[in-house]
Amino acid sequence: MENKKLKGTVFKYGDQVDTDVIIPARYCTSYHPEDLASHCLEDLDSTFASRVKQGDIIVAGDNFGCGSSRENAPIAIRGAGASCVIAKSFARIFYRNSINIGLPILIAPDAVDGIEDGDEVEVDPATGTITNLSGHGSWQASSFPPEIQEIIDAGGLVGYVRKKLGKMKV
Amino acid sequence: MPHTIAEKILAFRSGAREVFPGELITARPDKVMSHDNAGLVIKHFRAIGSEKVFDPAKIIIPLDHRVPAESERTAIAHKSIREFVKEQNIENFYDIREGICHQVMVENGHVRPGELILGTDSHTTSYGCLAAASTGIGATEMAAVWATGEIWLRVPETIRIEVNGQFKPGVTPKDLILYLLGRLTARGADYKAIEFYGTTIENIPVSGRFTLCNMSMEMGAKFAIVPFDGETRKYLESRMKEDYTPFAADPDAEYTERHIIDASELTPQIAKPHRVDNVVPLKEAAGIRIDQVVIGSCTNGRIDDLEQAAAVLENKQVSRSVRLLVIPGSRSIYIQAIKLGIMEKFLEAGAVILNPGCGPCLGAHQGILAPGERCLATTNRNFKGRMGSTEAEVYLSSPIVAATAAIIGEIPDRVTES
Repeated sequence: MENKKLKGTVFKYGDQVDTDVIIPARYCTSYHPEDLASHCLEDLDSTFASRVKQGDIIVAGDNFGCGSSRENAPIAIRGAGASCVIAKSFARIFYRNSINIGLPILIAPDAVDGIEDGDEVEVDPATGTITNLSGHGSWQASSFPPEIQEIIDAGGLVGYVRKKLGKMKV
Repeated sequence: MPHTIAEKILAFRSGAREVFPGELITARPDKVMSHDNAGLVIKHFRAIGSEKVFDPAKIIIPLDHRVPAESERTAIAHKSIREFVKEQNIENFYDIREGICHQVMVENGHVRPGELILGTDSHTTSYGCLAAASTGIGATEMAAVWATGEIWLRVPETIRIEVNGQFKPGVTPKDLILYLLGRLTARGADYKAIEFYGTTIENIPVSGRFTLCNMSMEMGAKFAIVPFDGETRKYLESRMKEDYTPFAADPDAEYTERHIIDASELTPQIAKPHRVDNVVPLKEAAGIRIDQVVIGSCTNGRIDDLEQAAAVLENKQVSRSVRLLVIPGSRSIYIQAIKLGIMEKFLEAGAVILNPGCGPCLGAHQGILAPGERCLATTNRNFKGRMGSTEAEVYLSSPIVAATAAIIGEIPDRVTES
């Protein structure tokens, strides 16, 4: 995997950010990142889509991505330019969807408590190290089981399955 | 080692002698379901580069979310799905006429006790009403299953919920699951399975068990299972041969949590905006003015739900200030409701009856709310903006409470026995 550090300004939100506010169903007739990006988080923070810059980081509390299984949610976040999501915990389907489409997610409750809205943060997705460049603090996100890390390393599930099927054919 | 139902089903479907919570396994599902989002699954399936699905007989596709198509984009997606099912010989395709995907699955014999079923919809947990282990996944993930027939799953810990005693008149399984949501919270069962036991559960028909398993997802549950019993057998008798293999939990299976509920103490419950676990007894929400009432959805769109609501509305009129929308869960329920005179009662009371489908539940069409409006719905989610405007509010209740509110134009402080 490309060992590139992620760096950006933090947009911090609370607990239970559901997929209906990440991308409302009224926009879910499209799966294209460019269509979804401008409406990302619209119902929670109508300024997010206009303020977010490439590489910025979403930080949130518990159960991020709860609710609908819509994959449009992580697609919208990635499409808007956010480089990763750091949360205290992720809802089950959002967790899988993010890994599958290649959106980096990090589970790090202490980091969430130590990071404020607007902070500059650096993340090393390869090691899971999160550093607050604006304040003090460096944290370690939970690591993924090796089976899941393999999917992440393939850039997502499509790449992973292609590789696997290719292997099987040989 | 003793095991829970989820552990036994996952062991069976992964070819292992036994599996343990926390373990990652590769399982082969018995069935997989996708609805309108099959359009996105198809796109990813093509990207993977596979030509044929793993087994067309195991794939079920009902269209229900935006039916009939509410936009040109949806029409194009539906068209692509119709072409794909022909190309791949997927016979279990249910076009827009049939109803809500989960209802269609259960009603048409696609769910058998002991099976592992995956669906690209979060409320796939519903099939636990027939003692199956079923859960929601995303579209990319489904494309990979279509290509390989396999999925990785983490074996979940299991929460045991035991409910004993008799409901008071006017209290329903919806009130029980809302109460549980308030108690366990929206993340209370994240990544976990739930098993339901107790005399109350034994006496709840498959329809009400459906409501429980459906909304268990709102606690984050991966599976929600009511064990196989005489009621399950009775429901399945007319739908399939009894050649399925249900799993029972071992008496000394290990549970991560145990809850014991006395059903006789329960009162009608309401989930207030904008969180599903913001649950209070009906009395605490009484008097709140309502503009729209929705009776239906995969949570509460079955014949007993409609029957209970229609009984409340019989010989009464829907308030002039309320729009009452009624959505039968499936074509078969719709026909049954017509035959039983239920639809007549709704129409005479002033309801608008919509075609079977998801309708306004997810805010796609058919009953979008304006800013400042309030809706009381028998659906499963009340998130901000869920049914239209972000300045609208959605409250969740049972069909009996919803029908009562439709008459008086506000959330009632009690329900009349029907």
